[in-house]
Amino acid sequence: MGLKKKSVPMREQPPEVRKHNFLEVPLGYNKEEAILEAQRCLQCPTHPCIDGCPVHINIPRFIKAIKEDDLQKAIDIIHESNLLPAITGRVCPQEDQCQAVCVMGNVGDPVSIGRLERYVADWELEKRKKGEVSLPPKMPPKNKKVAIIGSGPAGLSCAADLAKMGYDVTIFEGFHKTGGVLTYGIPEFRLPKWIVEEEKKFFEQLGVKFQTDVLIGRTLTIKDLFNEKFEAVFIGVGAGLPRFMHIPGENLDNIYSANEFLTRVNLMKAYKFPEYDTPIKVGKRVAVIGGGNVAMDAARTALRLGAEHVYLIYRRSRKEMPAREEEIEHAEQEGIEFMLLTNPIRYIGDENGFVKQAECIKMKLGEEDASGRRRPIPIEGSEFKLDIDQVIVAIGTTPNPIVPKTTEGLKTGRHGTIWVDENLQTSVKGVFAGGDIVTGAATVITAMGAGRKAAASIDKYLKGEL
Amino acid sequence: MFKILKKEVLAPKTILMETYAPLIAKKAEPGQFIVIRVNEKGERIPLTIADFNREQGTITMVFQEIGKTTNLLGTKNVGDAISDILGPLGNPTETDRYGTVVTIGGGVGIAPVYPLSRKLKSLGNKVISIIGYRSKDFVFWEERMRSSSDELLIATNDGSYGAKGFVTDVLKNLIDKGTHIDRIYAIGPAIMMKAVADLTREYKIKTIVSLNSLMVCGMGMCGACRITVGGETKFTCADGPDFDAHLVNFDELMKRLNTYKKEEKISFEKWKEEVGYGA
Repeated sequence: MGLKKKSVPMREQPPEVRKHNFLEVPLGYNKEEAILEAQRCLQCPTHPCIDGCPVHINIPRFIKAIKEDDLQKAIDIIHESNLLPAITGRVCPQEDQCQAVCVMGNVGDPVSIGRLERYVADWELEKRKKGEVSLPPKMPPKNKKVAIIGSGPAGLSCAADLAKMGYDVTIFEGFHKTGGVLTYGIPEFRLPKWIVEEEKKFFEQLGVKFQTDVLIGRTLTIKDLFNEKFEAVFIGVGAGLPRFMHIPGENLDNIYSANEFLTRVNLMKAYKFPEYDTPIKVGKRVAVIGGGNVAMDAARTALRLGAEHVYLIYRRSRKEMPAREEEIEHAEQEGIEFMLLTNPIRYIGDENGFVKQAECIKMKLGEEDASGRRRPIPIEGSEFKLDIDQVIVAIGTTPNPIVPKTTEGLKTGRHGTIWVDENLQTSVKGVFAGGDIVTGAATVITAMGAGRKAAASIDKYLKGEL
Repeated sequence: MFKILKKEVLAPKTILMETYAPLIAKKAEPGQFIVIRVNEKGERIPLTIADFNREQGTITMVFQEIGKTTNLLGTKNVGDAISDILGPLGNPTETDRYGTVVTIGGGVGIAPVYPLSRKLKSLGNKVISIIGYRSKDFVFWEERMRSSSDELLIATNDGSYGAKGFVTDVLKNLIDKGTHIDRIYAIGPAIMMKAVADLTREYKIKTIVSLNSLMVCGMGMCGACRITVGGETKFTCADGPDFDAHLVNFDELMKRLNTYKKEEKISFEKWKEEVGYGA
């Protein structure tokens, strides 16, 4: 059998259909497609993919199991390193990680590892729906309590590992629903919320406790947690604070941070208003500011809510966009109008305070800056006004200051990130941190990697080895 | 779930509810607020903490039935539960011994003014309270306010009780009489706080207001509650809710409060039809 240079494509909802619904865009592999794709894996002895994965899944082994159609074995292998494969199979930037280093990439397409991961995970989710749950092996109870702050990717993966080691783990979440960015941030059409719910149930069966409506720093402090007999704490609260540009008119009505816009839609289900009580404005001409994954999510969400034009305004060129190529392509296919090398400089409102125009300026690219990308420079005299009735600002987030501000002795870095040592321990004994609160805004899988690393450190710490 | 232990109709459309929320009761301070979600399909709304009892683990909220969520909440009774209560949020009101302090409350804003006045009095301030209602029928907590202030002045819009007019009229009288005032706190509708700010700016009296912005998260991650204060954008939930009244852009606040007027109406009308409200 000759090697297939092209990967097996994944079926998708056509753009014309999907831009009017919130259903998932890629439909997943079926058995034939998955086995065909699995056969493309060379099972090479160097397996660079394992090192390319932030949580070091044994990729060749699980792909071999798919080839043999032994999906139980495949899921068991994935679960050794990652308890959230249905999520990572969907949202990981595999093209920059495992697939970027795949040997097959030298002769053609790399193996579609993410799609195969999703295939196995979805098979297992279907099984769970029928009540067949196979929990990973657990060590006997250690009778030691660990508190996890934040139920996003970092907190969840840390909790899972600690629960498997036999610790008594409680996750504290400020919102009424768990999942962090998986719940409030990533839209339904990229990550269906029933999957996040299923994963929560799975974690509960593993023994992890969830306490929602508790904001650490306000409802309870880290000191309170130690008083409550928790012996170690992991902070995984993310980089949740939205950034604004601080340009005139930015507080006009119908100007949202991406966090607010997405939270209203994803967490509060405003797209089902008035069945659900939370309202959302649906603009006819929407400007989304930014070029990252969150900007793409916001733009595609606005389209699905019924916008006629969605302009994606980004100050550099397409090449510098931080979003995943797949997300950019999906946005283009759906008709998002890219206004590149453009930046808003002020917003103009009507007499009732609603935004009606964005004044923008054209940009050109200059020298490379610290990020290695070419610095955008405004072109004088190129200002123009764009008629719009809604703006979503998606230019990034900064670490949430509530925990650092209310925890004595917790050292922070320049941008409000929490300082940690090589074991992810903070300046406060027994308190560990990982994910976006340490690195600044990054990806789901790097946060999960940090959560796993912190779990290993916490285990050592509680055994007196750290 | 948070169980309702007590419900009292204080005045028309003005409801007091006490719920069991021991963690919040343990930490709450005057000036802080909660975000509640009544049920699974509910929206998140901020409400001021009107009182708390650390021993019994209870918190008290006082709200006015205006739109769908507050009316729905008003249908809940003792024994029922509220899906979610998050708190205490925001920064506690800064209090100290200033000398003579005027605390001003309008409508349901009077509820949070009560524990604040109590605290200011216990710190050794002379507390003059001015409370304003629409009319006599809407008066509540007069006795509580009297017990927590050295002097209590009441105004009603129509003059059916106390002085006729607004709290600002009473305040202006007080100032014009030559009363020395070291600091003023005002909590109430945005339009009332703006009027107080405009008046006290003239007299250069330090004035603190507690803003009632629209809110979603209550923990600083969404920015729905942002507002311009002294030319800078601040988040009411994380930086406030108290701000220097003379620096707040009230016109912006009032416009932002009106963002969802249309949707609020749709939601309320739909609910009224469903429950046969007013029929």
